[in-house]
Amino acid sequence: MEPIKTVEGRAYPLGVKNVDTDMIIAAKWLKGITRSGLGKGAFEAMRADPGNVFDDPEYAGSPILIAGDNFGCGSSREHAAWALIDMGVKVVIAPSFSDIFSGNAFKNGILTVALPQEAIDRLLEVAKTDPIHVDLEAQSVTTSFQDRFQFEIDPFRKSCLLGGLDEIGLTLSSTASIDAYEKDRESQQPWLTPELA
Amino acid sequence: MTQPRTLYEKIWDAHVVERRDDGTCLVYIDRHLVHEVTSPQAFEGLRIAGRKVRRPDLTLAVPDHNLPTTARLDGAGNRLPIADPESAQQLAALERNAPEFGIKYIGATDAEQGIVHVVGPEQGFTLPGTTLVCGDSHTAAHGALGALAFGIGTSEVEHVLATQTLLLKPSKTMEIRVEGELGPGVTPKDVILHVIGVIGTAGGTGHVIEYRGKVFEEMSIEGRLTVSNMSIEGGARAGLFAPDEKTFAYVKGRPMAPKGADWDAAVAYWKTLATDEGASFDRSVVIDAADIAPSVTWGTSPEDVVSITSTVPAPESFADASKRAAAQKALDYMGLTAGQRMQDVTIDHVFIGSCTNSRIEDMRAAAAVVKGRKVASRIKQALIVPGSGLVKRQAEQEGLDRIFIDAGFEWREPGCSMCLAMNPDKVPAGERCASTSNRNFMGRQGPGARTHLVSPAMAAAAAITGHLTDIREFAEGEAA
Ligand code: SF4
Repeated sequence: MEPIKTVEGRAYPLGVKNVDTDMIIAAKWLKGITRSGLGKGAFEAMRADPGNVFDDPEYAGSPILIAGDNFGCGSSREHAAWALIDMGVKVVIAPSFSDIFSGNAFKNGILTVALPQEAIDRLLEVAKTDPIHVDLEAQSVTTSFQDRFQFEIDPFRKSCLLGGLDEIGLTLSSTASIDAYEKDRESQQPWLTPELA
Repeated sequence: MTQPRTLYEKIWDAHVVERRDDGTCLVYIDRHLVHEVTSPQAFEGLRIAGRKVRRPDLTLAVPDHNLPTTARLDGAGNRLPIADPESAQQLAALERNAPEFGIKYIGATDAEQGIVHVVGPEQGFTLPGTTLVCGDSHTAAHGALGALAFGIGTSEVEHVLATQTLLLKPSKTMEIRVEGELGPGVTPKDVILHVIGVIGTAGGTGHVIEYRGKVFEEMSIEGRLTVSNMSIEGGARAGLFAPDEKTFAYVKGRPMAPKGADWDAAVAYWKTLATDEGASFDRSVVIDAADIAPSVTWGTSPEDVVSITSTVPAPESFADASKRAAAQKALDYMGLTAGQRMQDVTIDHVFIGSCTNSRIEDMRAAAAVVKGRKVASRIKQALIVPGSGLVKRQAEQEGLDRIFIDAGFEWREPGCSMCLAMNPDKVPAGERCASTSNRNFMGRQGPGARTHLVSPAMAAAAAITGHLTDIREFAEGEAA
């Protein structure tokens, strides 16, 4: 997983409330065998709309997405996070997120930033013309117009994102304990290792 | 003196690698079963991160969900292509990933291939006292052998592949006791359907169920697999049976089971696992065996269970409003009316199979009903799908296939088949199926399909009569 320290760039000024996981990635994309490549299917229904922000060249490749309340509600599909990563989004800023989505986003190295609606409104405005700057270390979102919004984040999540540590990476930092457990198990219950024909 | 502990607590304690301050534990996983649906992105994740599978020797891969159950080889012994491109892609991915990561793979045309939850116990991969996971919610089945077994999602599959551990919080414990004697015609499937009817689909949420009492003690391992399999339909993540002499006899001599001195040491350990005298459960449910009749579902949730002799319940008969609304919706979907006798409900399809009921005892139970009889003319399709190639071969040695084929059943290759609408075996919209599988959700057997969950004997009887049938009357009234 790539560490996130600061992210600067244009942001998709989506602003829509209750963007559910079906809107992020529709069910028909779930039968595949990869987590990469899902960016193609991201926000498919919205993209059918000619004036949508995702196909506006102005915002192409933006690393930040600004959305409305309750982003990521709906099913628990991890594909929603995979789709965002694949389209290059590293940070989602919204007034609130569904718990399952923010968990999945975190697992996949996406920073979710919750800010009050006034801040969102201001950022949506700026995003139309100018880049936005997110600093995870300082827990701030700033603009070139002297706006500065502080956000809260769970310290554990913060350190994982800063270090680029995913859950597997974290568990692997306990490798010594796992090795020790296995050694013990092997000596006490050798029959747990199956004979492979 | 140590505190008396339950079977669950003993297995849990023996697998904690690290305990975190918030109660989360890093838990060691002894066995990992992998199939083609929930694993591709996990392998891809490993590849992207440059990680290996920590213990390929504790991992076993077998395709089941997407495989068509029609012939897999042509006359010349060449593999037949899989028509659905997405199924073919998932199957091909597993076939590639397993050797790439050094995992033992039982392929589509191997004699041992079958549904993961049939193959695991059959190969001796599933052992008492172990932790076992699979990216499939019916992994609970393996609890029949006293393994702490539960389903996981794709990111957890990847976590287990990479680390052989999972981060988990301990569950609460729940005992279900069925006391007394089961009546005639009542099978393990009827017992678990009845239990789910009593506790509801959320009854076991947050708990691991231990099945206790005389009925479960006397039950065969295959029957226990049927019961434990459906723990998840009662909301529990896992079900457990204390390993006993029946368990040891079942496991002994299986290909991947311990041998010689290892076997003796293993059995000695397994004997220590049963719940201690005086250990307490967070919840206890006691059911009188005499209350359990041959059972059938009428709705679209596994808790919508009635005795085969009763009628379709009226939505108004439910106390809470949301349940009333759900019942009405279920009746509309199922095309049933309140007050209709269950035995008058006509059937279009019969499916005997799935990880719940596709083992040799299930085949025998169905064959005993079918023998010398014919499938009713109104039945459009009657499928018998053994749970594995070994079950199939055994049944053929016993001549069961002839009994089924002569009666008008189709005798298929092993796989998940009509349990879920992911391979070509589907129930068409609006048509009705008596099925030995575990889920009667809307669309589970195909969009618009109507499912009645029953035991293998009752499914076989429905195939012969063309309607849901009380197996007790059937045996007496229409003996061949
Ligand atoms: S038979 Fe059905 S329940 Fe069992 S593993 Fe296959 S799809 Fe899942």
